[in-house]
Amino acid sequence: MLQSKFTRKRSGLVAITAASALMLGACAGEGESSGDAGLAPAVQEGVGAGYVVDYSQYGDAYAGTLTVTDVPGMCSYEEMSKKDYSGQNLRVLSHVPPVLGEPAELHARQFEELTGATVTVEQVPFPDIFSKSQLSFQTGVNAYDVIFGGSQWLGDFHSYYAVVPEVYLENSELADSTDLVKQIAQWNGETKLYSIDADRHYLKYRTDVYSDAVAQTAYQEAYGAELAVPTTWTEYNRQAQFFTDTYAGGGWSPTNQPEGIDFYGSVEVMARDNLMFSAFISRVAPYAKHPDVQGGFWFDENMVPQVNNPGFVRGLEDFVEAVNFVPPGYSSFGLAEEIGSFGKGEAMFSYTWDDAYVEANQASSLIRESVAAAPLPGAEEVWNRVSGEWETVSGGVNYAPYISWGWTAAVTEASPVKTLAFDYLCFFGNKANHTIDLTIGRFGVNPARAENFDAAFWTEQAGWAPQAAESYIDTLNTYETNTNRVFDLRVPGNGEFYTAMANGVAEALAGQKTPQDALDDVAAEWESIIERIGADAIKDSYQAVIRLEDNLD
Amino acid sequence: MNKLYGRLFLFPGLLTLIAIIIFPLLFTIALTFSNWSVANAGFDWVGGRNWAAMAVNERFWAAMLRLVPLSFLTVFIQYVLGFAIALVAWRGIAARRFFRVLWLVPMMTTPVVMSVVWKSIFNETVGPVNDVIVGLGFSPIAWLSETTPAVVAIMVAEIWQWTPFMFLLLLAGLLSLPREPFLAASIDGAGPVRTFLQVTLPMMAPVSIGAIIIRLIEASKIFDTVYAMTNGGPGSSTETPTYYIYLTGLRNFDLANGATLSITYLLVFIALLTIIAQVLTRLSKPRGV
Repeated sequence: MLQSKFTRKRSGLVAITAASALMLGACAGEGESSGDAGLAPAVQEGVGAGYVVDYSQYGDAYAGTLTVTDVPGMCSYEEMSKKDYSGQNLRVLSHVPPVLGEPAELHARQFEELTGATVTVEQVPFPDIFSKSQLSFQTGVNAYDVIFGGSQWLGDFHSYYAVVPEVYLENSELADSTDLVKQIAQWNGETKLYSIDADRHYLKYRTDVYSDAVAQTAYQEAYGAELAVPTTWTEYNRQAQFFTDTYAGGGWSPTNQPEGIDFYGSVEVMARDNLMFSAFISRVAPYAKHPDVQGGFWFDENMVPQVNNPGFVRGLEDFVEAVNFVPPGYSSFGLAEEIGSFGKGEAMFSYTWDDAYVEANQASSLIRESVAAAPLPGAEEVWNRVSGEWETVSGGVNYAPYISWGWTAAVTEASPVKTLAFDYLCFFGNKANHTIDLTIGRFGVNPARAENFDAAFWTEQAGWAPQAAESYIDTLNTYETNTNRVFDLRVPGNGEFYTAMANGVAEALAGQKTPQDALDDVAAEWESIIERIGADAIKDSYQAVIRLEDNLD
Repeated sequence: MNKLYGRLFLFPGLLTLIAIIIFPLLFTIALTFSNWSVANAGFDWVGGRNWAAMAVNERFWAAMLRLVPLSFLTVFIQYVLGFAIALVAWRGIAARRFFRVLWLVPMMTTPVVMSVVWKSIFNETVGPVNDVIVGLGFSPIAWLSETTPAVVAIMVAEIWQWTPFMFLLLLAGLLSLPREPFLAASIDGAGPVRTFLQVTLPMMAPVSIGAIIIRLIEASKIFDTVYAMTNGGPGSSTETPTYYIYLTGLRNFDLANGATLSITYLLVFIALLTIIAQVLTRLSKPRGV
């Protein structure tokens, strides 16, 4: 539709602009790599029934990773080795390693060896995936066959993505995806995203603090309340601050605290352009997502932004408070830093994605026996945007888990090698690869299929402690059934909306503005974005989000 | 006939000029009057809407003001340090050639790589700067998490990287100075300070102005250091115009607004640098001549 606006004359101009913009984009920093193009045999020796998948042959980074036997199926090693894609090129746009970029590259190499295809994986920072995709689509240069990215961009890109063929939906591992994952992959009833991951934010905590008698007594004396895993953000902040101060005061540290590692209350993603918007949404959701209010979390029925309503402001106030109990250098803390920090035992709490939890449970982790998972904290009261009042829900605590996009992949509609592209994705997510990928925290691949929701898998195959595995699966299961969930703003201009929000939140974190002023400015910017893009276009797309929020599908 | 040949020979050069300078500039100007954004790929005419939005865009103008410390002040410090080092090298020191090469090393390293190195140096937990500060008995500084320290950290990285450029130009200028004025000053009994102020400095004025203007043009486009060290943070406190334009135009794909900000930046700096060059030229002229 959009491309039809171009005239022939303009397309020449556009090509030059595209070239210039691509050069500019390149300046922003990217890495490009390609595998052993054309040299690989179409059928790799030794790939047949019972083939043992062992990543360790791909370098020291994979020493000690799980090895599994290839699982028969249309995407298996055995089946892929029967295909011959020699002479065909696949262009993949992915995230920088390790999160998703590393498995994308690893599976590209494996796929090349099995099929003889040439796979070029371009790896760029998260926001650049969006801009590079957009540039490719708008200018019609068709630079990529496969794009890995966040599902929240579906509102922008659905018309450029190919529908996933039925054969993959029915016969591949996609069929085992949970209902929630299947819903997220769809746009107006058509599956446009190839799900390789499912994401939700949840709480990770150190069990050796809660089982520590000294910590229990000290907390009881300070607050007159029993030390228990926080059920609200208020409790979360209070405990995080208390144990940060207690540790800093000297004389106490968690029972299993690794030597030489300082201890802080919480580690959070606070780097402005590095997924901080997601952490903020988790902080805000229980204050602003009322279970009885339907018709929009992000906007009301008249497309008035809700980003500065009292619920959002309260969440931001909590987030700002967290600056006092996170490790130094918070403004540079992106997802990778959060994973590393919690994984090495630097914090009592962490939330956002699974990766930090998987990292903390890996064999090399020094806190492996001392972590557990729980649902995200809730709020004692929630803002009702219809009544304009704070309200308390039945049960006392309002929970509103954030289903934070999830890595997905899509094959572009304009790709000349769609079958090859879908086969690559199919191979990426085959049972053997998916099983191993789940256990490597830095990969960013998390449970998305029914078979993954089994504590026995995590204890027996991944070697997790029973409490870690059971609390993890229990937590994930509550998210599948919760009906007060928050989803991403999957509308045209998602990147602009989130960038504006992240900037406002960052300004509040840095003390440049009060939370209210910062979010008022965000709301004003959102209104100008709506005006620029068009309220009708955004409203149309937002209806699909509301269907998810209000459980209408 | 000869005239025709002459014009024909000029044609390829002219065509290249139009293709790589005139056309992109006109295209960008045209973009500023359009609604080309993430959802609207095309030249939908919107009149002066983008220009009106630019005029009241507080974030953009705050980023422009931020260039006062991040570019203007750093260039001034680079000039002072570069001049001092050039004077030392000019006067002659032991192992002069070795030191000349050593002083050039920062400039020859890749800016974005060095920015990452500086980010590690200023790391608030494991960085050596805080180690030294704590070792001296002071509290660690939140180098990249608080506004003023973050600005200082970026300034340090910029000064370290680009002082050698100043050194190189100023040393070349010093080496090209005639000896006679210095001999005359010496015969008149002028000391080193007076010789510097009344002979060296005035004679170095043309080179100094050139070096300062060249560096100002470059420094005002500061991007890589900010991108690698702070991403414009904490908050937006180290966001520069080029970084903001990058976010607007390439990350958000709001090409129309990005183009408007780019053209505004271009116009402002053409005007500003013209004024600065004229002021410096006037100041450098000997009084009473």
